[in-house]
Order: sequence, then structure tokens, then C-alpha cells
Amino acid sequence: MPTTDNTAITAQHLVRRFGNFTAVNDVSFTVQKGEIFGFLGPNGSGKTTVIKMLTGLLPLSSGYANVQGIDVRKDPESVRENIGYMSQNFSLYSDLTVEENLTFYGRIYGLDPQNLRRRIDDIVQLNGLAPYYKRLAAQLSGGWKQRLALGCAMLHEPKLIFLDEPTAGIDPVARRQLWDLLFDLSGHGITFFVTTHYMDEAERCSHVAYIYFGRVIADGTPDDLRELPEVNPPGTYRVEISAPHVTQALRVARTIPGIRSTTIFGQSVHALIDDHLDLDHLRDQFRKQGVVVAEIRPLAPSLEDVFVDLTSRHQSEQAVAAPEAPHA
Amino acid sequence: MLNPFRGFGAVFYKETLHVRRDFATLFFSLIIPILQMFLLGYGIDTNIRQINTVVYNADGRRESRELLDRLKNSDTFRIYRYVNNDHDLNEAIISGKCRVGIKIPVDYSDKLLHQMPAQVLVLIDGSDSSVAGQAINVTTAVGLDESLHRVLANSGASFAVEMRPKILFNPDSRSPNFFLPGLTAVLLLNVTTFLTAFSIVREKERGTLEQLFVTPVRPMGLLLGKLLPYLGIGFFELAMIVTAMRFLFSVPIHGSVFLLAFLSLPYIFVSLSLGILISSKATSQAHAMQLAFLTILPSIFFSGYIFPRETMPKFFYILSYFVPATYFINITRGIILRGAGWVHLWTDALALFVMGTLLLIIAARRFHDKVITT
Repeated sequence: MPTTDNTAITAQHLVRRFGNFTAVNDVSFTVQKGEIFGFLGPNGSGKTTVIKMLTGLLPLSSGYANVQGIDVRKDPESVRENIGYMSQNFSLYSDLTVEENLTFYGRIYGLDPQNLRRRIDDIVQLNGLAPYYKRLAAQLSGGWKQRLALGCAMLHEPKLIFLDEPTAGIDPVARRQLWDLLFDLSGHGITFFVTTHYMDEAERCSHVAYIYFGRVIADGTPDDLRELPEVNPPGTYRVEISAPHVTQALRVARTIPGIRSTTIFGQSVHALIDDHLDLDHLRDQFRKQGVVVAEIRPLAPSLEDVFVDLTSRHQSEQAVAAPEAPHA
Repeated sequence: MLNPFRGFGAVFYKETLHVRRDFATLFFSLIIPILQMFLLGYGIDTNIRQINTVVYNADGRRESRELLDRLKNSDTFRIYRYVNNDHDLNEAIISGKCRVGIKIPVDYSDKLLHQMPAQVLVLIDGSDSSVAGQAINVTTAVGLDESLHRVLANSGASFAVEMRPKILFNPDSRSPNFFLPGLTAVLLLNVTTFLTAFSIVREKERGTLEQLFVTPVRPMGLLLGKLLPYLGIGFFELAMIVTAMRFLFSVPIHGSVFLLAFLSLPYIFVSLSLGILISSKATSQAHAMQLAFLTILPSIFFSGYIFPRETMPKFFYILSYFVPATYFINITRGIILRGAGWVHLWTDALALFVMGTLLLIIAARRFHDKVITT
């Protein structure tokens, strides 16, 4: 009973407990059709558990999940018919050729021989796999393995594809190419649910949610998140301080009154500072401490800033919320 | 719409490709059993013959030499050395050069002449119980025989009771006839359990199993698709072993080869289910290997393959009923050596079938609980 509305995934108050441990705690979000939904969070925060719940592998302790118009609790089998899934290790059979891997997954989804042939041709065309068609998967480079894995996940023409850390361990060029491919497919109406650690990838998503210790603590477009009041407290702004010796600059920055938080980003320090602290005054402070600063300029928060801020806020909230915990 | 075997064809297709690609593994898993057959078929003889024996013949006259000839002719003893004192007699045994020492006292012939009981000392190294047992039996029998002949010769009477033993199966007591049918059970278990366990654990290691669970493949389709190619391999191996047994080791097959083939199905089924059970527990191929060895040992020691089950302590005797190889060894020995038929063996086949089904159910459960939902 596919719904006519525009929703690909509805998750409402998802809870999953393992014994006393609550891995997923009241998680809700909605993914619209055609979105590239970035599901972000540190390792062990519950990303994979949520995927397992949405794909019907893990029963929900409570809550409601609807994927492609199908109630996951009622009919997990149909959910699996209608989605594609690609895990972080690409899940290919290295001793099978590209053709054989595709054939296997196609048959798993019950494609009849004619259909299978047509779909394999399409995928090979789309993913540029033709030159490697008869090659063993083991002989492909990381990027090509991943394209093959993606191909295997979309043979049955699913409208929703889960990608669990699809770019872990592959080179930047291949990463870029994969994202280009995802945009292309998304343009054809396919919805992607992507987990990743890379913030530059998060910036490319049309919708992101951030999960931390089993709770979703941010949900919206990247621009929405950048404007969150928690991230931009009133009376503050963000600056980027470029310096030849970044660690030195960071040490000094932390001693300057009016600087609220600091993080190193490559060759610069990102700092959240009070409005009354102007840039010239800041330069003086550094000069007085004998630290060379190349440039200081205002900056919009990046998604990484957003998540670092949200994470540290939640950490301190949790510390306040549970002071009676004896010896954690 | 819900086909419980969904994905069977696809998995079967893929699994046969794996087997073809990994030809080396297949080759070795088939060739090693044949090597083991050669070792056991040619290398082991359980009949105890030609035990090294040291003799101290203090008497030295005709009667004493006749006694020694009788012992030699039994084929059980081989006189390795003659010594002239008790010390050397002991030393020969302690040093391990001889298992048995025979001392004929200086007055042996005299006592016989005067119709008095003559004593012969037989020292036996008890460190190998089967050798010691054989030495005791044969020396006692030779002594009795010797005494009887002398008593009968003096009285002119004849034997009152004469035992005429006739060995029905394997009349020459050939070791290959005894060992090889049993070995079939052990080897078959070996190959099929290992191969299935490995094929599943390998997918766990690579993460492909995780992928399969997110597809519409149903557990039964997955497991059967994986089992069937290895069932074929197990069957092929059985044919190979039986052919080698018949034509290389000249073990006569008294029963029906087709019945043997048919009754091997439930046994192979058990082995494969065991492989799946192992793979639900094991996290790596090395781990699977250890667990698989754990199943091999009881099949060797508690199945009657080497040691007769009837002489086992009660606990192990009961345990042997839970070892699948016990039933299959009864089937192979039954068909090959005794010419047994379906009427004699159907209970064994039933036991195996029940075991296999139970194991498969437990394995499928464990698979669902431990592997999928964690």
C-alpha cells in the first residue's frame, strides 16, 4: 500500500533497547522523496542500529517506522524488496567477477533473465563499469568496488537506497565521483539515506540529522542547522584566525577574554567570540603575546562547527543532568 | 507470495562459483581424505604378530626347545635374542628392545620326565595393553595345549569338547576391512562440516552476510542454497572413497552400493547442519576451525571407529548415541562388511535424519538471534 504522499521514510519515536542499554532513544525524523538525507553522528551513536530498524532487521522496542509507504513492523519483507542497501565494506564477492556479482544480486531480487540482462546493461552504462565487466571484484580499486556495490544495490530499481558510510576508506577523487553519481540519481527521483563521518559530504546533503548517544539532536537542511540559535548564541560571532603556528595561536586564543570556544581547522583556528571584541583588538592581543597571525576574518559556521557545538552542549547538559551518578 | 526458500537459486548459483574459483581448497579437501585412507589402509595393522621376545633357556634340552618352537609357530612371538642370566633377561625388557621375556628353568625337562608340574616364567611388558593381552592369551593357550597333549598321550583318551570357531565377516581379520568403512564416516564429516562452516564464516568476515540479510533472501533459501553444493561435494567424495576402498584396498562390498549412497544423505545432512551451527557461533575462520575439530574428536573416539563401543565406560557409551558417526559407521560396516539391508539399518538412518533436522532448526534459530539481530 504505497502512499501517494511525498514521504520516503517516517520514523516516529523509535526506541531500541539491548538489555539495559538504550541504543536508540526516541528518534523521530521524516525523509522526503528525492532527498539525499545525511545521517550523521560519532561511532557507536546508533546510526547503524537505526538503519537496521528501518530495514526490518531489528525489531523496534517501541515507536513506528514507515518506509516507502510500508509499515516496517507489519511487513519487513516487503520493505526489503523495495529498498537498496550498501554497507560500509561494499559487500562484494571478491572471487566473483563484476558480471557475476551483478547477476547474483539481480537474482536475489528475483529479476527474470530478460529483465536482469537489461538492468545489468543499464547499471554498467550508468556506473561506467564496462571496461571491468569480466574482472574479479578483488582486482578493482576502492572507488570501482564502491560503484559496483552501488550498482548491486540498485539492480531492482529501488526508489530508496541506504548507504552506510559509502566513502569510508576510498580516495578523494572517487569520493567526489560517487557524490556526482548520487546527485545524478537523486535527480531521477531516487531517495538516498547516507551515513558519513565526512563533514564536506554532510554539506552536500539536502537534509541532515545528527544523532548523538541514541538521540537526534539536530535535524534540518545544512543552512537551517547553521542558523540554529544554539550554534549562534546572541551577542557572538565566528572568526577564522589563520596563523603559521596554529597550536600556538590556539593556546593564546584560549587565554583571551571574550573568546568563548575554539577549534583547530587545518591551518586556522575557528573561534566563537563576543560581539564587543572587534577584530583589530583581537589582532593586538595576539601581537602582545608574540604570536604571528596572518589573517583574521568573520566566518559563517560550518556544519562541523555546528556538530562540535551541539555535541559539547549535550555533553555538559548530560553532566549537569546526572550529577548523582556515583562513579561513572 | 511469501516463499520461504526465496533466494535459493541465486545463492546456489553464487556458491557453485565460489567452489569453482577456489579450486585449490576443493582439491585438497578431496585429496587429503585419500591420503588418510592410504595411511590407515596400509600403515595400520591391528593384528598383533611377531612380538620381540627374549629367551633365557636354562634347561636347553629337547623338551624346552620344543616348547619354544610352539611359541614361535604361533606367529605371535619372534625370538629376538637368547640370554644366559636373569639380569640380561630383565634388561632386554626394560630397555624396550623386547616386550616379552621367557625363562625356562634348569629343571624343566626333568620335571616333565617325572610327571611333575613344570613352571615357565613369562615376563610381559604391560605398557601396551593389547600387546600384553595377546601375549598372555597365546602363552596360556600354548601351555594348556602342551599339558593336554601330555595328559592325553599318557591316558590314551581324546578331546572331549572341540570348539570350531568360524569368523563370518572379514575372516582374515584384515585391518583395512575394519578401518576403511569407519573412516568413510570420519572423512565425510570432516570435509562437509569444514566446508560449510567456512563458507558461511567467510561471508561473516567479509560483511557480505550483513548485506544478504537486507535483501529479500529468506534464511531457509540462504542456508539450503549454501548446503546443496557441499552436499554434492560430500556425495562425490563418498563415491571416491568407496571406489578407492573397493579397488585399491580390495575391501569387498557385500551389500548394495545404492543403499549406501542413499543412507549417506541423512549423514551428510547432519554434517552440513553441524557446519551451519558452528558458523553461527564462530566469528572467524580460525575460530570455526577450532570448533570443527571439537566435533571431529568425538566422531573418532566415541563412535566405535577405533575402540569398540561395548567396552566403553557407561557414560561414554551413552554419549556415543549422540555422535552422528556412530550411526553412519554402523551403516557403512553393515552394508560393506555384513551385507546388511534397509530392514537392518533404517533405524540408524532415522536417527541421523532426526539429528540433522534438530541441528538445522537450532542453527537457523541461532542464526536469527545471534547473527541477524545484533
